[in-house]
Amino acid sequence: MRRFVAHNARNLITRRRNNLTTCVLQHCTFPLRFLTTTSPGYLSGHVASAGSASASPITLDTINPKVLKCEYAVPRRNFYPCSDVVCSQRLQQELKENPGSHPFDELLYCNIGNPHSLGQQPITFFREVLALCDHPAMLDRAETRGYFSADAVKRAFQILDQFPGRATGAYSHTQGIKGLRDTIASGIEARDGYPADPNDIFLTDGASPAVHIIMQLLIRSEKDGILCPIPQYPLYSGSITLHGGSLVPYYLDEDTGWGLEISELKNQLEIAKSKGITVRALVVINPGNPTGQVLAESNQQEIVEFCKNEGLVLLADESMEYGEEDISLVSLQSVSKGYYGECGKRGGYMEVTGFSPEIREQIYKVASMDTCSNISGQILASLVMNPPKVDDESYESYSAEKDAILSSLARRARMLEDVFNSLEGVTCNRAEGAMYLFPRIELPKKATEAAKAVNTAPDAFYARCLLNATGIVVVPGCGFGQVPGQWHFRCTILPQEDKIPTIVSRLTEFHKAFMDEFRD
Amino acid sequence: MSKPLDYENLNENVKKCQYAVRGELYLRASELQKEGKKIIFTNVGNPHALGQKPLTFPRQVIALCQAPFLLDDPNVGLVFPADTIARAKHYLSLTSGGLGAYSDSRGVPGVRKEIADFIERRDGYPSDPELIFLTDGASKGVMQILNSIIRGEQDGILVPVPQYPLYSATISLLGGSLVPYYLEETANWGLDIVNLRESVSQARSQGITVRAMVIINPGNPTGQCLSEANLKEVLQFCYQNNLVLLGDEVYQQNIYQDERPFISARKVLMDMGGPISKELQLVSFHTVSKGYWGECGQRGGYFEMTNIPPKTVEEIYKVASISLSPNVPGQIFLGLMVNPPKPGDISYERFVRESKGILESLRRRAQIMTDGFNSCRNVVCNFTEGAMYSFPQIRLPPKAIEAAKKAGKVPDVFYCLKLLEATGISTVPGSGFGQKEGVFHLRTTILPAEEDMPPIMTSFKKFNDEFMEQYEDYRGYSRM
Repeated sequence: MRRFVAHNARNLITRRRNNLTTCVLQHCTFPLRFLTTTSPGYLSGHVASAGSASASPITLDTINPKVLKCEYAVPRRNFYPCSDVVCSQRLQQELKENPGSHPFDELLYCNIGNPHSLGQQPITFFREVLALCDHPAMLDRAETRGYFSADAVKRAFQILDQFPGRATGAYSHTQGIKGLRDTIASGIEARDGYPADPNDIFLTDGASPAVHIIMQLLIRSEKDGILCPIPQYPLYSGSITLHGGSLVPYYLDEDTGWGLEISELKNQLEIAKSKGITVRALVVINPGNPTGQVLAESNQQEIVEFCKNEGLVLLADESMEYGEEDISLVSLQSVSKGYYGECGKRGGYMEVTGFSPEIREQIYKVASMDTCSNISGQILASLVMNPPKVDDESYESYSAEKDAILSSLARRARMLEDVFNSLEGVTCNRAEGAMYLFPRIELPKKATEAAKAVNTAPDAFYARCLLNATGIVVVPGCGFGQVPGQWHFRCTILPQEDKIPTIVSRLTEFHKAFMDEFRD
Repeated sequence: MSKPLDYENLNENVKKCQYAVRGELYLRASELQKEGKKIIFTNVGNPHALGQKPLTFPRQVIALCQAPFLLDDPNVGLVFPADTIARAKHYLSLTSGGLGAYSDSRGVPGVRKEIADFIERRDGYPSDPELIFLTDGASKGVMQILNSIIRGEQDGILVPVPQYPLYSATISLLGGSLVPYYLEETANWGLDIVNLRESVSQARSQGITVRAMVIINPGNPTGQCLSEANLKEVLQFCYQNNLVLLGDEVYQQNIYQDERPFISARKVLMDMGGPISKELQLVSFHTVSKGYWGECGQRGGYFEMTNIPPKTVEEIYKVASISLSPNVPGQIFLGLMVNPPKPGDISYERFVRESKGILESLRRRAQIMTDGFNSCRNVVCNFTEGAMYSFPQIRLPPKAIEAAKKAGKVPDVFYCLKLLEATGISTVPGSGFGQKEGVFHLRTTILPAEEDMPPIMTSFKKFNDEFMEQYEDYRGYSRM
């Protein structure tokens, strides 16, 4: 990658000089996240003949080719989207060492759904309980117990009683501590109105281990396909490729608020079949990531019917609130989202229903190889599913914290949606859920050509220019997939509210300048 | 109508993989426990589940990190030692927003630096934090590395037999081939180079490209500690045969004899100098789950890469980034483990007292258990030099083997199930780890509390003697 970009950079410097494009050249380093490179040299993956040994055991020539391919699941292009992470790291460094070297004095991170890194505060009650469970000695002494609310103390005692020997440092049951799963099952029932079985719940270190387990079970070869929404969160494309399967895309309809059309599902299924691919499962991301749309109940029903009729496993990230017995369903939940946003804890679970006992055993077996998920994350998952209730001491403060975060998120979403919709050539669907906006941008021909000239995808080019001019970090749409020829970028709504006006004004100014330069 | 995911259309590799540690015996033990039977779980190296207390210092630090409002209180210094407060502030400052924020996918840079410093102090050679990746437990790291090596069933991984079945299960799951090399029980579970060479030739003659070699040092389930000479041989062997060496060193703190203290594969490699030290590819694994910490539930682990090319490191980083980041509290436990209280720190004395207490007791328990097993006439048990397990060989009479066959069970599974039902002791049959044909073992841990050890060993002996009486019964009369 690096040699490609550097090579083109050398060519370009002699050909044209321009503020924005030189910005791209100066700051482009090799991408680390969201790569799609077509460099054929990386795909050798040959198997050496009997008894031979390659020059060095693991090099790019001998590494598992699925690792190399991973992230290629997004349809290949000739362009190289760039890495927001590496470029922003470099800029951060430069700002530190040389303040005043850029037209902004701080980076504004709108790229990753990592609320606490942007100042969102954890929910106090949850942290109280977690701290008490981490160091139960605090419960034994009045002077330390006094720091905590009475209901947090009570909850900690309850939770500790669910641990054999009150040992929170021990491996638990592979699926997670039984008592915590009971709590989660009750929480699911309270939320959905359908009973949930604690034995169907597997607590995991965040969502990705759960996805890996299911992909491992489903994918036998590249002839096995998994239907994934485009745009999608690249955990799916990444894990499908890593496990050697095929991603079968279905496009969400931007014009209907990123709606999921059954006709599109059927269409893609047929196309896959005609290519000899056996479609094994359907992934539904609800609320959407990066798109943010929430599926209507009728839509959910249609999806369930579709899976039943076509014999597909339904993989629902996060919630499909439609209970149905005849369907094989894996629902994923995570503590990284919502008003709690506890990404660093790696807490989550999958609820597995509608599978035969033999398959349940196999799921358990694969999960057991990693023994169990982290205990603190397990406890947090149970707290999220059973927060303070109306009569609890912490209820008022808990509600206040939760409402403040949610209403602020709603305000920020609206402010950013409005600014995107006000920009020339940009439209942005409402963010109904989740923490992202996914505006679409019509780039003038001059801009797409300038991007091509530096071997960058047009949306990546726009994102890079935006970064260099304003310090605003977003993720180009090519990382998530989009209808070919369309360009988007994902922007979180997470920077603190007081930063939003700065983002709005810088973005507006930049966009005008960009369009002035590249308008046809 | 058949379900979309049925046994028939399940990935074959999943069907093939087995992981006995949480398999049949454990499931049966859990059932019995539900029915009210008292079970002593010695099936997994899980110290806190058997009464070992967490070290105080790390728990204080993590609680302060978990609830930073404590740090804001003016009186916090009255209830928490000053060094725990300082350390909590230090780790919080290293994170991107406290425990609740994703860190760098490779782990918090400041913690990786602490680990690099620890490795340098331990081995005498500098270590690069950029080549240290933190993971949710060492097992995830092992799986990631094996996944980057194994391309298909023509790729073989040398694995010791007996071995911790994470390796066999992962190799199966990834569709690779396990190339066994047998440890020699009569030579204290020693590693024989001749044996290794034979294993590799045999594999190659079957068209397998041997890609890597796993050593577990100290061994699991066998406990043996590799000597420096042995490690040198292994490194040379890997170099000559173009193998990546995977050094599972998670039990490096658990050493119960003084003849062979722990020495890391990396140190030996660097000591050798010359081209091998710059070319031999090595990945070393460590964790907070074992040692005297035993914080299994935190899921804190790391791997360190030596002589892995930068582009390969990038690819491994890419795969790590799919999972976003390892859990942050687990990362802090790692930092605390490699950078514990020092002499002069307020918490130092207590920390040393607690850790020494645990290690010395483990050493005693290793001896009690070995002696207890060896006092049974049909049991031979090598001394547990390190790690947390005892792996006695149980000689089973022919009648018992027949009875097992009739019951549709592998003989050691049969024995262990009977042991469980009679005594509540939940072990893992040796077949779960691999053993020579016709030789049977079981794995138990040395973790039950010291005061519980004598009754456990008595209980075992009683069961074993009765079992032998039952199944040896007619041997003396066979010629009549």
